[in-house]
Amino acid sequence: MLKKKIRTIIDAHKDMGWVMEPGAKAIMKSQGLDIPDFVLTNSFEKAEKFLKKINRPVVAKAVSRKILHKTEHQAVVTEIRSGGHLKKEMERLLKLDGCESILIEEMAEGLEVIIGAKNDFQFGPVVVFGIGGTSVEIYNDTAIRMAPLKPEDVFSMIASLKAKALLYGYRGKDGVNMEVLTSTLVKFSHLIMALENHMESLDLNPVICTKDRCIIADARLILKTA
Amino acid sequence: MELKYLFKPSTMAVIGVSTSQDNHPANVIYTKNHLRYPVKTFPVNPKGGMLHREKLYRSVFEIEGPVDMAVIAVRAGFVPKVMEDCIKKGIRSAVIVSGGFAEAGNMKLQQQVADLAREASFPFVGPNCLGIYSPDYVDTFFLPGERIIRPEKGNVGFVSQSGGVLVDQMVKFAGQGIGVSLAVSIGNKAFIRETDMLDWFARDIETKVIAFYVEGFEKGEGRRFIQKAEQCGKPVVILKAGKSKKGSEAVSSHTASLAGDYRVFSEVMKQHCVAEADNEYELTSFCEALSCFQKGIQGNIGILSLSGGHGVIAVDACDLHGLSVPKPDPKTMETIREKVSPEIKDIVSYGNPLDLTGSSVDNDIVAAATYLARDKGIECLLALLIPYSPGVSADIGAKLSQVARNEGKPMIAYVPNEEKYRIIIEGFELNDIPVASSVEGAVLMAKALKRCKPC
Repeated sequence: MLKKKIRTIIDAHKDMGWVMEPGAKAIMKSQGLDIPDFVLTNSFEKAEKFLKKINRPVVAKAVSRKILHKTEHQAVVTEIRSGGHLKKEMERLLKLDGCESILIEEMAEGLEVIIGAKNDFQFGPVVVFGIGGTSVEIYNDTAIRMAPLKPEDVFSMIASLKAKALLYGYRGKDGVNMEVLTSTLVKFSHLIMALENHMESLDLNPVICTKDRCIIADARLILKTA
Repeated sequence: MELKYLFKPSTMAVIGVSTSQDNHPANVIYTKNHLRYPVKTFPVNPKGGMLHREKLYRSVFEIEGPVDMAVIAVRAGFVPKVMEDCIKKGIRSAVIVSGGFAEAGNMKLQQQVADLAREASFPFVGPNCLGIYSPDYVDTFFLPGERIIRPEKGNVGFVSQSGGVLVDQMVKFAGQGIGVSLAVSIGNKAFIRETDMLDWFARDIETKVIAFYVEGFEKGEGRRFIQKAEQCGKPVVILKAGKSKKGSEAVSSHTASLAGDYRVFSEVMKQHCVAEADNEYELTSFCEALSCFQKGIQGNIGILSLSGGHGVIAVDACDLHGLSVPKPDPKTMETIREKVSPEIKDIVSYGNPLDLTGSSVDNDIVAAATYLARDKGIECLLALLIPYSPGVSADIGAKLSQVARNEGKPMIAYVPNEEKYRIIIEGFELNDIPVASSVEGAVLMAKALKRCKPC
């Protein structure tokens, strides 16, 4: 059964065919998954207030129904530290095709992984997990399992990655918090079971994993065409 | 749904027997079953009369008494009418050999037949198939008996979407001494599908391994298949064809482009411990290994060899197929050193692989196998038994089988597949130890045990 909140978001995006980042993240949050602190606005004043409040670098992203892949449209700016930089970039982003508002978020740092879902014709919802980021298709270091997942499935997914050492901690770097990662994947797998009748695919890429958290830095839900 | 009348019929009607063409599929099926199987067979053709001095029935209604199964081999267009008659007569099931349905674009006709059968709870195999080979009961393959090689009765259940692949696989099984409990070509699978076969085999006490050749599942069917495979408690082997077919959907997300149809299939099979064979060769090896051992392993192999080279080749193959060749316990090696004959004590390479050299004799091999099998780190023994040296007797197969049984660990042997060594091979095989005809084949058998380890 879908939560009412999730259903409302999906219904509002039916015509568009996909749910943009803020909506997709709201769905994740309602499922108990971790998303960054954010403000969604097109007012520079509000954005600057947020930057001052969190007192750390932020990311600014254009929210546009016409932009499915943000990187390809230069619609993502990272490492914004000053009001001046923020203002300049917000002005530019607001001019991008179809830009409705700007999503400004605390910037997380850690290992970039992808957590994805596909509604497979033969097997129904499946989870894809692996090394994430913008080059994910090039490395294609991922594992696939049928949802829902058990914790053992998560362990075997991690163990099957070529780059598993990055998750366990490599050359003195912190590893990923396995408990949090496992619970994130398990919760995600239950969410996609509930979304079975609505979802075509779901990308959480990247999810930033640190020794404490797994923070969903970007999310996109592609809906089933009726 | 009761399938015993379909797979173990005592009476059968063959509908569509020709009065003029002796090599018509229906005639081939009628003749071979009538002459060589216990099933009582009735040929049916509307013309009636006699066929080879036997009565030809005008319709199924002319047959006296109950009929368990009908082979329908009439033209596609006549199938619905014939099926209606079968249902009316009270026949319990059918094999529809005829082609000309979904595979030829006639979806509607196939749907009509399927609907008819569903409504009457009338299970059928096909259409467009070879049907059933059920040793000791029935054989609906429309291939003359003298043309095909049939495996003995055994414990492998085999289901294939393709009749050609099924027959070919039967030949391979026979060649490796693998027996089948039931082989079914399900063709267009309009009624009986892979999931129904899993239900049947799960309950069939004669079947210990279930193998499939699959081209594709319908919507959501893969998930049901996995669930049933997991519940059935028997090893399931699958060979998938059509791996390279690209998904037709436009790929709009990273995930969709990473998770192509075949990748999903393959990873999900692995997740649920269905042993996916990469090719026909693996399928055969997997079936042979799993027909002897149904319990999976983590993948720790102990290699016993009479030649250094064979040991090294086996280690490489294990590595390639994801199996480990762990270092044995030093105590194991000490014990083996004490037990082998003084002549070879100093020339044996103690380790894993354990190379006993060509100077070893039966007693050395038996002692080494026994203590290697007792090593806690080793789950499965590969016995690379090249029978060229004079110290190896013809009884070595039988002797080593005893070791495997006593120690309770799976053993897989490699013996060159030559007539000359048949007695050694049979010494193993008759005692339920699988024998491969190459080192790599033996490794593939061990891989089968790893692939179906319980999750």
